[in-house]
Amino acid sequence: MIQTFAFYLFAVLMIASAVMVITARNPVHSVLWLILAFFNAAGLMVLVGAEFIAMLLVIVYVGAVAVLFLFVVMMLNIDVAAMRAGFMKNFPLGIAIALILLAELVLGIGAYRVGAIELGTPMASEAPALVESNTAAIGAMLYSKYVFLFEIAGIILLVAMIGAIVLTHRPSKSKRGQQDIGKQVRRNPDEATVMKQPEVGKGVEL
Amino acid sequence: MIGIEHYIVVSTVLFVLGVLGIFLNRKNIIIILMAIELILLAVNINMVAFSAFLGDLVGQVFAMFILTVAAAEAAIGLAILMIYFRGRGTIAVDDANQMKG
Repeated sequence: MIQTFAFYLFAVLMIASAVMVITARNPVHSVLWLILAFFNAAGLMVLVGAEFIAMLLVIVYVGAVAVLFLFVVMMLNIDVAAMRAGFMKNFPLGIAIALILLAELVLGIGAYRVGAIELGTPMASEAPALVESNTAAIGAMLYSKYVFLFEIAGIILLVAMIGAIVLTHRPSKSKRGQQDIGKQVRRNPDEATVMKQPEVGKGVEL
Repeated sequence: MIGIEHYIVVSTVLFVLGVLGIFLNRKNIIIILMAIELILLAVNINMVAFSAFLGDLVGQVFAMFILTVAAAEAAIGLAILMIYFRGRGTIAVDDANQMKG
């Protein structure tokens, strides 16, 4: 009972915030609605017993991706009114295509149900005596059978990071505070240091 | 009792909303990127729901990789957006016809 109620609560809130993401006038509001949608999706995932993915969704999407969106939206000075210009013009075509797509997908699900394969119940509801937690099970699988895929995922993230830095980095124009590595390496001790032997009671003049 | 169909329908609606978002906000590439995130979220919900209802954890492992690729895509997309804005002073994507694509 409580599970059904929670499912409908999360589902309705997620769909509503997704609608707000694509219709909000201000991009900042869109990002905030997107964060709400991610939280509700995480709730839906917790309901079927996928805690690890749900927490990952909150950490990666809300903590990193949404904040990145927020940074970019606030850094760029966007003319909101000009951005909305084509909204009403594209509305009928967009709604028509979306309805056709939705009808097709729902028909597909209906056809699937006719000859459906037997599905079990979600882990959270009937709890088939898990020996280990969801996180431990995923970890055992990820670090043994799928370890190469895991490393490739790491390389994808590295490439994305380097790509983003290379794309957005621009060398600063000011000469002050620049590090010239070649000049640093070329220096030798003879020209960098001076030996002095001052007498007692006298200073050193450089 | 909540079955797999409920989850599929919810993720279907979310997917269609993402596609609709791309159609409605043709000019604003930030909203288009957010709509792509919504589509990927719908796919992730599908993956996790099937993984849970079939009792097979591979779906959740795969959802993690989808999450990775989505994060990388968002980072690169926003970086391209930044340099586009720097050069043109606007992010209207219908002006992007320099390559005559």
